[in-house]
Amino acid sequence: MNIHEYQAKALLRQYGAPVSDGRVVLTANEAKSAAGELDGPLWVVKAQIHAGGRGKGSFKEAEAGEKGGVRLAKSVQEAADEAKKMLGKTLVTHQTGPAGKQVNRVYIEDGSDIEKEFYLALLVDRGSSRISFVCSTEGGMDIEEVAASTPDKILSFDVDPAIGYQPYHGRRVAFALGLTGGAVKQCVKLMSILYKAFTEKDMEMLEINPLILMPNGDLKVLDAKLGFDGNAMYRNQDVAGLRDETEEDPKELAASKYDLNYIALDGEIGCMVNGAGLAMATMDIIKLYGAEPANFLDVGGGATKEKVTEAFKIITSDPNVKGILVNIFGGIMRCDVIAEGVVAAVKDVGLKVPLVVRLEGTNVEKGKEIINSSGLDVIAADDLKDGAQKIVKAVKG
Amino acid sequence: MLEHLIDPAAPQVPVMVQGATGRAARQHIKLMLRHGTNIVAGISPKAGGEVQDGVPIFATCADAVAATGARVTLPMVPPMSVLPAAREALEAGVRLIVTVTEGMPVRDAMHLHALIREHGAEWTGASSPGLAVPGRCKLGFLPDACLAPGPIALWSKSGTLSYETALRLKSRGLGQSAWIGVGGDAIKGTRFADLVPLFRDHAPTRAVVIVGEIGGTEEEDLAARLSQEPLGKPVYAILAGSAAPEGKTMGHAGAIVSGGKGTFESKAEALQSAGVHVFRAIPPLVDRVAQDLQKETA
Repeated sequence: MNIHEYQAKALLRQYGAPVSDGRVVLTANEAKSAAGELDGPLWVVKAQIHAGGRGKGSFKEAEAGEKGGVRLAKSVQEAADEAKKMLGKTLVTHQTGPAGKQVNRVYIEDGSDIEKEFYLALLVDRGSSRISFVCSTEGGMDIEEVAASTPDKILSFDVDPAIGYQPYHGRRVAFALGLTGGAVKQCVKLMSILYKAFTEKDMEMLEINPLILMPNGDLKVLDAKLGFDGNAMYRNQDVAGLRDETEEDPKELAASKYDLNYIALDGEIGCMVNGAGLAMATMDIIKLYGAEPANFLDVGGGATKEKVTEAFKIITSDPNVKGILVNIFGGIMRCDVIAEGVVAAVKDVGLKVPLVVRLEGTNVEKGKEIINSSGLDVIAADDLKDGAQKIVKAVKG
Repeated sequence: MLEHLIDPAAPQVPVMVQGATGRAARQHIKLMLRHGTNIVAGISPKAGGEVQDGVPIFATCADAVAATGARVTLPMVPPMSVLPAAREALEAGVRLIVTVTEGMPVRDAMHLHALIREHGAEWTGASSPGLAVPGRCKLGFLPDACLAPGPIALWSKSGTLSYETALRLKSRGLGQSAWIGVGGDAIKGTRFADLVPLFRDHAPTRAVVIVGEIGGTEEEDLAARLSQEPLGKPVYAILAGSAAPEGKTMGHAGAIVSGGKGTFESKAEALQSAGVHVFRAIPPLVDRVAQDLQKETA
């Protein structure tokens, strides 16, 4: 789960990390008083969306102005004007896709003088099964580009969870960034703060780009991007409360309420599958036979009739869907339960596109019988290949 | 302990199940017993002293290990209880933990990984669909309909996709010498590459079939290991997720392409350069495996 920059900064501030003073505003009316509460003489006005590349992005609407999603202002009035221009408008960045994202929240914060910019991240390293620190002197840049062009400018190392964070970890970061004097001490403290926040809040990713050194020798967190482990949300209710549902695809949101794993895609063939690996393989084979999947959907191991009905409703609510392929391998799940769900859903929602059903495994005969005796116009398939060929043919002719 | 488990000449390993009195656990214990698994104990703090389906239930892992000599545990407990359950089992002297629970928090998995190393024990999971030596034992969910003794070692990240693969191979008369579900999480106890030395001299195995998917570098790491220490048997792989978009977690916690890493292309290229036959779909893989093994037999 991701949160907004202003939420990330507030959370890191609670742990004692140095961040600028700022205010979030949801309406243009609040902008002026919010900016007025800050000291100046420089204000930074930042669009809050769950996507990177905001500064280099551009707005679809002309009224928003030609600048990107991060703007500087030299007066309270100017800050308020820029906030007003961005609110409600659509920001397109390299991470949002061409549709862009509507800006519903704007963060106004005190501007900072920058001497140097650094990159810093903590992440879960899959190879070592440990938390890893990544830092670079090339702050403000895309770290993947740095990794590709000048990998020697990146330092990364992992921390043994049995020992935990030690001051020498912080010194390694400080020396790699070329810090001296008081800044080394600040860095050691900041790294301990970030490691503590990362572990206590079950983060999967913490990225500070840039971390800055100011002319007065102090460090500051200028931007912050945090990602959290969804499986640990039960013990981080404060973080769960930061979820902004307006940032999520409405179909994915609806699916998550029924514990269905759904991801919207751009194709024309809706899929309903049990198991994530099989769901991916179903998408792959649809593509192999010349069509594109409209979604990834894993109904899970414990699907009920109700869940299957909801899954069906979500798939058919996508106007791009020209056909549906149901592919079930009943290992733990029983085929007859799926069949009942499909029949109930079709009767409830109605069927306007071709539907191919392929069942295999536990109670498969019973499942097929339920489908066949339902009187519905369902195309039966023997295996995955057959199912994929039939649905692609039904849609593409 | 994994090596012992897949050795057809070794005596059956004594297994215990934590959370044995839960509804799903009870159902799967019956299935595992039916498949020949040597389940010697169940653990339930509330049901110590009882007997369930012929299996004695103990209140603690220490009691169970002392009374039965259990060496392997299968914690069938909710995600938040996997780490404490594993910790109790390790303290009691268990040598292999197979975790089938989906949704284990990443921080817990990293802790367990460190604990396992500290104890010199082994862990398969998180989110493993299970392990099996067909006709001998199975641990976890692997459906009986897919299991049959045979020449194929199946190593899989996924549950249902490996069921499908196993069933297709079985329909061509190709069962399994062993089936190891390593699981689809980002943090795990046993990775594909760790299995290489276990199967090099595994006599019942004539070929290895990998059921992999996008995300992480496990397939690439396997390829690197195979290049250095060839298995001496043909290796085939199906890789799921070639049609998946970047930046989205495809159901399995570990199945995500991000920052250009973990792609189908990178995995396919690495495996192919290590001599592995790579497929995007099951039917051509099954055809090829069947063809090659028949040729070898003839």
